[in-house]
Amino acid sequence: MDFRLKAKEIRRSIIEMIGHLGVGHVGGSLSIVDLLVVLYYKHMRIDPKDPKRAGRDRCIISKGHSGPALYAVLADKGYFDKSLLLTLNQPNTTLPSHCDMNLTPGVDMTTGSLGQGFSAAVGAAKAAKIMGDGARIYTIIGDGESQEGQIWEAGMFAANAGLNNLIAFTDDNRCQIDGDTDDINRVEPLVDKWAAFGWNVIEVKDGHDVDAIDKAVTMAKRYRTRPTMVVLHTIKGKGVSFIEKMGYPNHNLNLSKEQVALALKELE
Amino acid sequence: MYENMEMRQVFAQELDRYMAADRRICVVDADLSKANGRSSLHKKYPDRAFNVGVAEANMIGVCAGLSSYGMIPFASSFTPFATRRVCDQIAVSCAYAKQNVKIIGSDPGLSAEFNGGTHMSVEDIGVIRSIPGIVIYEPVDNTQLVQAIPQIIDYYGVVYIRMWRKVTPDVFGPDYKFDLFKADVVNEGGDVTIFCSGMMVAKAVKAREMLAADGIDAEIVNVHTIKPIDRTTVVASVRKTGCAVSAENHNIVGGLFAALAEVIVAEAPVPMEAVGIRDRFGQVGKLNFLVPEYEMTEGDIVKAALRAISRKQH
Repeated sequence: MDFRLKAKEIRRSIIEMIGHLGVGHVGGSLSIVDLLVVLYYKHMRIDPKDPKRAGRDRCIISKGHSGPALYAVLADKGYFDKSLLLTLNQPNTTLPSHCDMNLTPGVDMTTGSLGQGFSAAVGAAKAAKIMGDGARIYTIIGDGESQEGQIWEAGMFAANAGLNNLIAFTDDNRCQIDGDTDDINRVEPLVDKWAAFGWNVIEVKDGHDVDAIDKAVTMAKRYRTRPTMVVLHTIKGKGVSFIEKMGYPNHNLNLSKEQVALALKELE
Repeated sequence: MYENMEMRQVFAQELDRYMAADRRICVVDADLSKANGRSSLHKKYPDRAFNVGVAEANMIGVCAGLSSYGMIPFASSFTPFATRRVCDQIAVSCAYAKQNVKIIGSDPGLSAEFNGGTHMSVEDIGVIRSIPGIVIYEPVDNTQLVQAIPQIIDYYGVVYIRMWRKVTPDVFGPDYKFDLFKADVVNEGGDVTIFCSGMMVAKAVKAREMLAADGIDAEIVNVHTIKPIDRTTVVASVRKTGCAVSAENHNIVGGLFAALAEVIVAEAPVPMEAVGIRDRFGQVGKLNFLVPEYEMTEGDIVKAALRAISRKQH
């Protein structure tokens, strides 16, 4: 599979989904697309026909507002009909802004209150160890989210518990709602912090380079003793130039019909 | 058979039995495993009884993750740190996410004694009660607790257990039959209903004896499960007696009094009086100082009962 083409397709789907309602979490959805493509189309052992299969690999999107990116992937994988994507945030939808495991087939954990999904991923990794089923737990946090104390509580425990089946990613797009992360409350140097917390750390300079992401995940799976944090340097709103240029204000965005058309044209 | 055993010992001993039979049951602590009597479980089941350190938010989050995998985790801490400190983790990762997490808070209300105001939860029931879908259970004695544990394991959902830690007097006899969702009529009576929970049940039973000396026949109802409250038993009792007293080791704001009032106002309005912590914080002290200081003695229950009876319309 050509991951680049697939990523473009997923980005189109996100723009259509959010564009249909005219508002949504655009920036942080677009910044994790390449990672989701590498995970869901190559590394994860999952079965869209049996979303709850015991012993499956899991992916917990701790930055739960990136739900639309996950929904686009899950629909494409066949977890549910693609036509549902246009129901995002409509009354009685199965696709809410923030990930909900009880509403959406294929969603592994309910998230949205930042920091909590990461703890849940640690708990799931621990459960996989208890069950001895060999499952891997993938989880995605944000750099802004890393200001939550719970991230570091969970990080400390995961390393001490030797959870080598836990592979985490920081979508390090350097933006948060109120501004640039460096201006609000700097979290860097993340690579040094995670190393100091006892994790294997892999830095991916271009967090949208699918080959580099693939290589990082392949390497992370080989580590035998500790959890791995892959720090992905990403761009919030990646793939649509006028959205990228906005910077942090693209977190939750109103999209006009004209903007949607412009974005889709760029993603052709 | 559990007389003179601490409740924490009994809880751990029973959990041990169920853990031996059911691999899904996990124990997660936040540096209070010894305080809550669970260190023996950590030794016996090192893979699924573990400590996350002084990190209650992560403890609850890890439990939610364990549950998402099909496990049945029992978290524990002192009541304030098991509830108000981790309110959002319980609300979002456990209750909203429909997980099967059991949370034990120990040393409720005044029983924190020398740990004082910071550790004395006056609000834990109120905090948890306002989150949709959580069962709140406050054991009375060991006889009741041992019957409650298997029902709590079998019930899928979030359960908050407000556990007395040390020795507590037996209220229930060997023939006692427990139902997690049904309040217990401990003694029948016709003049006033005393609804009570936790450590206040033994005091209510004594208050009943004191009232009987004055010819007053009080009904004692143990509301061990404060949510969902057993509306049927509550309403039937006040329809019979015509007035009510609540006796709780918690703020009367948001606790048992409030829970009862919500039912009684709607279904069978009668005069009600409250015994409990009257919207104050706790302080250091032994129970023999604190209970009178907070006007929560048997005598205070008697006075409240007399006030409630005097307000009945004849």
